[in-house]
Amino acid sequence: MSDNASNGEKSRVEDAYYDQARYVRNGHYEPLLSEKDQTQVTIHDDDSPLPGHLTRDTLELPGLSEPELARHYTRLSQMIYGIDTGPYPLGSCTMKYNPKFTEDVAALESGAVHPGRSPETIQGTLELLYRLQGYLAQIGGMDAVTLQPPAGAAGEFVGIRVANAYHEHNDEGHRDEVIIPESAHGTNFATAALGGYNVVSLPSNDEGRVDLEALEAALSEQTAALMLTNPNTLGLFERDITEIAEMVHDVGGLLYYDGANLNALLGRARPGDMGFDVMHYNVHKTFATPHGGGGPGAGPVGVVDELAPFLPAPRVREAEDGYELFDPEQTIGHVHGYQGNWLVLIKAFAYIARLGDEGLLDASAKAVLNANYLASQIDYDVPYGPFHHEFVASAGEQDAADVAKRMLDFGVHPPTTKWPEIVSEALMTEPTEVESKETLDLLASAFRRASASDAETLETAPNRTAAGRIDQTSAARNPRLSWHALEDE
Amino acid sequence: MSFDTPDDRRYLESHEWALETDGVVRVGISDFAQDELGDVVFVELPDVGDDVSAGDAFGVVESIKAVSDLYAPVSGTVSAVNEDLFDAPELVNEDPLGDGWMLEIEATDESDELLSADEYADQIA
Repeated sequence: MSDNASNGEKSRVEDAYYDQARYVRNGHYEPLLSEKDQTQVTIHDDDSPLPGHLTRDTLELPGLSEPELARHYTRLSQMIYGIDTGPYPLGSCTMKYNPKFTEDVAALESGAVHPGRSPETIQGTLELLYRLQGYLAQIGGMDAVTLQPPAGAAGEFVGIRVANAYHEHNDEGHRDEVIIPESAHGTNFATAALGGYNVVSLPSNDEGRVDLEALEAALSEQTAALMLTNPNTLGLFERDITEIAEMVHDVGGLLYYDGANLNALLGRARPGDMGFDVMHYNVHKTFATPHGGGGPGAGPVGVVDELAPFLPAPRVREAEDGYELFDPEQTIGHVHGYQGNWLVLIKAFAYIARLGDEGLLDASAKAVLNANYLASQIDYDVPYGPFHHEFVASAGEQDAADVAKRMLDFGVHPPTTKWPEIVSEALMTEPTEVESKETLDLLASAFRRASASDAETLETAPNRTAAGRIDQTSAARNPRLSWHALEDE
Repeated sequence: MSFDTPDDRRYLESHEWALETDGVVRVGISDFAQDELGDVVFVELPDVGDDVSAGDAFGVVESIKAVSDLYAPVSGTVSAVNEDLFDAPELVNEDPLGDGWMLEIEATDESDELLSADEYADQIA
């Protein structure tokens, strides 16, 4: 690039600085709070019991009235998009609608017990945890479950630590490799690396499934585990799963199940029956608890009997007259305070209990039906199938990111883009079981209109949203991460 | 689109270039590579004094599209890193063959797989 281009780049970056923070809807510009009012509120509180050097009498608060503030936030809320405003078909993320009743259940006063209370006085709490352990074990085909890990990724880490403790216990600590398909979720690679393992990457075959010859070549006495999700990232069921399990077990390795796609299997197939030894549950995907955002979350882990003694402490079990906490014999220790994020677990429990067997079967059926119906209604090619709860379409000659931006113009959230890389210009789509046919038709229409858009329209999209195309480059090179970054401008 | 592949240096199939001057080899990524990556937003490099091995990853380049490992064309000890890239990763896009260089290595050995400029140009054609 020439110097001129370089200068042009700079001024574009500076413009983008301003564009990013500006929200306009129907021609109405909503200023930032700092722009609305520069007044600093001064507080005099001579009565403070705190020493003078610990207090201040100036707070940087905008001096706005309550209605001004209420309208500001309401206008902003009208400019954003969430599952409460429309479909959210981010593939692999399972952004299903979380029924509001679970919030009510979690907010019950009876849930507000201090987790440090003695077990005799929180029998109801312990019973709920015990039953949730049982539900999850039954759904996954596992023998024992811990509810402690505070997120899906934390669950993965616990799972791999438990696998490690199992190998160490059997004097097999030399096993230092974890095999992961190249199309797996990024967390799998991070989990293995954080667990102290070398990652062996496994290519897919022409069908988009595990390549058995490549697996054979990768397996050895060094193999600690193979991490898989099934259905896989392309939404395809790993048909050879029992053979895969046998191959891994033959070399003394463990089979790890990433619960990311469990939504497709609910009540129909169980990882434990396929030969998996350890798994984590993404309760925010499968059981409708809130998605991350920094937590609190939950990522329970299930294992077969052989691995149960190594699970984190404490777990809940039935005692002679009620329920009690106990530490598994060779536990890897505590991985979170008390019994995990209790109020999140209540929501998962409430969801499973209300749906029951029939409801869970219905959820997985509709998750698969909805994905297949939607795929049948769009113009983009879907190279791999038959798929289950999600599909990966290819935007072909179009840029998948442009397609996603264009779909915003039609009032829906776009799919996950450009991943997995096995499909070029990937549009990874998971409508979930909660959407009606009418909503799926709305999504399909957005796909079709995006595919029919000309190049210029695609490159400038979105044009009908509160914020225009975000300049990802300047956001990454010059991130503004605090209020003070605004003041410095 | 054609990309600059000057013949004063050699290349790896993984798109790094190696330019030798008096036993010191300067390393960067090719014009083609920066174009494929798109806007580079972050570069992670080893420290001066670290040893690198030909064919092994020595760092990471991150763009808005992808995160990619960087592979060493030669073995040896790192004698300099381009610290300008930490504050201005865009140099990799603006001048990949010049100011966007990444490492200098006091080379003791080199990869068997180094390509001439012509061979590399054929690869990316």
